[in-house]
Amino acid sequence: MSAEVVLPGVLADLAGGAKHVAVDVGDGTLRDVLDRLGDRHPLLGRRIRDETGAVRRFVNVYVDGDDVRFAQGLATPVADGAVVQVLPSVAGG
Amino acid sequence: MTDLLAIGTRKGLWLARSEDDRRSWTLDGPHLLAQEVAAVSVDTRGPVPRVLAGIQYGHWGPTVMRSDDLGRTWQETDSGAIRFPDDTGAALARVWQLRPDSADRPGVVWAGCEPHSLWRSEDGGCSFQLVRGLWEHPHRPTWEPGGGGGAVHTVLPDPASDRVLVAMSTGGVYVSEDGGGEWAPRNRGITAVFLPDELPEYGQCVHKVAVDAGDPDRLYAQNHFGVFATDDAGVSWRSIAGGLPADFGFPVVSSPRVPGTAWVVPLVADMERVPPGGRLRVQRTRDGGATWTELGQGLPDASWAAVMRDAACADEGDPTGVYVGTRDGCVYASADEGDSFTLVAAHLPDVLVVRAARLP
Repeated sequence: MSAEVVLPGVLADLAGGAKHVAVDVGDGTLRDVLDRLGDRHPLLGRRIRDETGAVRRFVNVYVDGDDVRFAQGLATPVADGAVVQVLPSVAGG
Repeated sequence: MTDLLAIGTRKGLWLARSEDDRRSWTLDGPHLLAQEVAAVSVDTRGPVPRVLAGIQYGHWGPTVMRSDDLGRTWQETDSGAIRFPDDTGAALARVWQLRPDSADRPGVVWAGCEPHSLWRSEDGGCSFQLVRGLWEHPHRPTWEPGGGGGAVHTVLPDPASDRVLVAMSTGGVYVSEDGGGEWAPRNRGITAVFLPDELPEYGQCVHKVAVDAGDPDRLYAQNHFGVFATDDAGVSWRSIAGGLPADFGFPVVSSPRVPGTAWVVPLVADMERVPPGGRLRVQRTRDGGATWTELGQGLPDASWAAVMRDAACADEGDPTGVYVGTRDGCVYASADEGDSFTLVAAHLPDVLVVRAARLP
């Protein structure tokens, strides 16, 4: 059982050039999906989350189109076939 | 002989080179485009110079990058060169200082970071260990963040002893005499105008500290209001701001070669924080702060841009070279200890740090 992680172009190089990465859903939470993604691609994992495991402030993660900050955060369920999209937030100058 | 000047900005790193004893410069960059470079060092102790850059990937977090080919390629440690241990519950926010130690401590590099923390590497900056003695200091919970965040931003290891001095905004100056195990505040005489008690034991906002060339116990501090000197490694400080047009500023730079010689770049404060009269000028002392001389040849009038904490430095040349970068993206170099400056770069993003090195 796997989810499809969709990456922005600026992070694709850290996943071997792929913008779409299939990741086993593990225990069915976003935390486990991101853990497994980070195990395969450590630099990519650090771009998305800091060393405490928190999603970085200006990174947004959506599961099937819903912002996980307004769901259950890292405990948000990720089902088989779900789409996990990582996007940079509107920030910067 | 090549003189190299590394220029870290809000949007990347530039490298300037001079092949004619710092009379003219060529600019190479941007490297690390779109990444904030708040700390940079050029480590010349190894077989090839290593450039270390403390970067903030914008949305994607901070880390340390390294290049052993003067910026052609960059590497980073997969797990992160600076990574808070799990038990701290903390996360790295920004790298503000990268400081190679002395030649007889090969591989040792210090890093000062936000949140307030000091780190030590023994492998040339590939991986750093948290200096627990400072992290676990009982004062740490009361160190407040300054405008740039709460950080250790100055690290001065003494090449002749186990002394390490750090400066923090806020927190002030702390010194360890045993290589980082035990730490004590050394701020007596340094003011904190933003606190009810203007002479607290600690809590000052010391912007930068520099060591005199002739005496490791003589230090200069540019404070958040006030310029100070000590002759006893920080046990007591005295004002040396007399004669300056303003006592606020961010950097203080000492000559690594000429005792008693240091430079500051005053700003009008508190709210303005611009060069006095809108004229960018450097102030130099030749006598340990007793007197100051204004230096402006080659520096602009009608300049309203500040010079940040690490956006000034000196080189190892003879005479000492002095470098200043501004928030409006200009970098000026002096090959004659500040008597005259030439423009190295203009219209870069805000300059956060400059560091010079002489390459064989």
